[in-house]
Amino acid sequence: MHELSLCHSIGQIVARHASDRPVTVVHLKVGALRQVVPDTLVYCWGIVNEGTVCEGSSLDVEQVPAAIECLACGATTVLEEMRMACGSCGSTSVTVTAGEELLVTSIELQEV
Amino acid sequence: MGRFHRHDDGTVHEHGEHEDHEHGHHDHDHAHDAERLGDHSGYETSGERVQVLEAIFDENDRVAEANRKDFENAGVRVVNLMSSPGAGKTTLLRETLVRLQGRSRVGIIEGDIETSLDADRLSGLGASVALVNTGDGFGGECHLDAPMIRSALPRLPLDELDVVVVENVGNLVCPAEFDVGEHAKAMVWSPTEGEEKPLKYPVMFRAAEVVVVNKIDLLPHLDVDMDLFRANLKRVNPLARVLLVSAKTGEGVDDWVDWVVGS
Repeated sequence: MHELSLCHSIGQIVARHASDRPVTVVHLKVGALRQVVPDTLVYCWGIVNEGTVCEGSSLDVEQVPAAIECLACGATTVLEEMRMACGSCGSTSVTVTAGEELLVTSIELQEV
Repeated sequence: MGRFHRHDDGTVHEHGEHEDHEHGHHDHDHAHDAERLGDHSGYETSGERVQVLEAIFDENDRVAEANRKDFENAGVRVVNLMSSPGAGKTTLLRETLVRLQGRSRVGIIEGDIETSLDADRLSGLGASVALVNTGDGFGGECHLDAPMIRSALPRLPLDELDVVVVENVGNLVCPAEFDVGEHAKAMVWSPTEGEEKPLKYPVMFRAAEVVVVNKIDLLPHLDVDMDLFRANLKRVNPLARVLLVSAKTGEGVDDWVDWVVGS
């Protein structure tokens, strides 16, 4: 629901790194525990970057599955559904090790 | 505008379409691409690739830390209160202010898309209220973020306060994503919303240290399975503390108030 403001932030980050050169692709990592809808993100991206170095660029969204590590038995569980419990021993004493990512990993710039 | 596909390792990502490139997207071998490009995006790049590795919330989180520092310097505990629209945040806050009169000095940061209706309901109870209308924000109509809270700080006498409650915008999705510099997040859920809500909005329910079950005076009239709600909540947030409250009858409000002031 806040994809528009996210795109605005992405645009600011990209502009800082693009040194005024046209951007062709922006690569993102989005964790499964972030309530970001990639389709909406892509849609909003087209709206916010009009007239900027990002105009016409595409978003490459890599989704990262959520994973938890058990504090009791040490096992790592990749979450297929939202259940904060160890898939091995069932303990709910767990810590999230992946799935909260939300970052711009790299950008591709047009040749000059 | 793009498409997603799943890799063998479980990651899914999207490939935008390169209509205007001479080197289109093609069927590719990911392992091969990974070696050649150093990632698995599937693009053949002729331009320059610049590594960024910046969190999209960096700017928000920087301001949130500045807010937190200001709160700590002033000795103020800050609670971020979230819920869906109509769960009873404002009524609960009103009852909270009534009970804290003469006991703690309270500030309220009131987030609302338009109008000052909620802020008006909280006036006259001894609290300092700063309203943040989010309607003008850039796509910020659905939540309060750290810069919005920062903009409200000059309107609160922080040094004279013990506790600040941020009443977030009524929404179960976006507010949970934004650190505003609070010390703890709490949320209000009312039984008419349905037992499945923790599973549908796991980010929100996972973020909350305390889940207030409000309107418990309605329970005898509803077919709500509270055991199921607790089980669903435990799935996403095993550590959440549940407080049973009726802001209307006053039942349980004292426990909530004690948590708010940190005692």
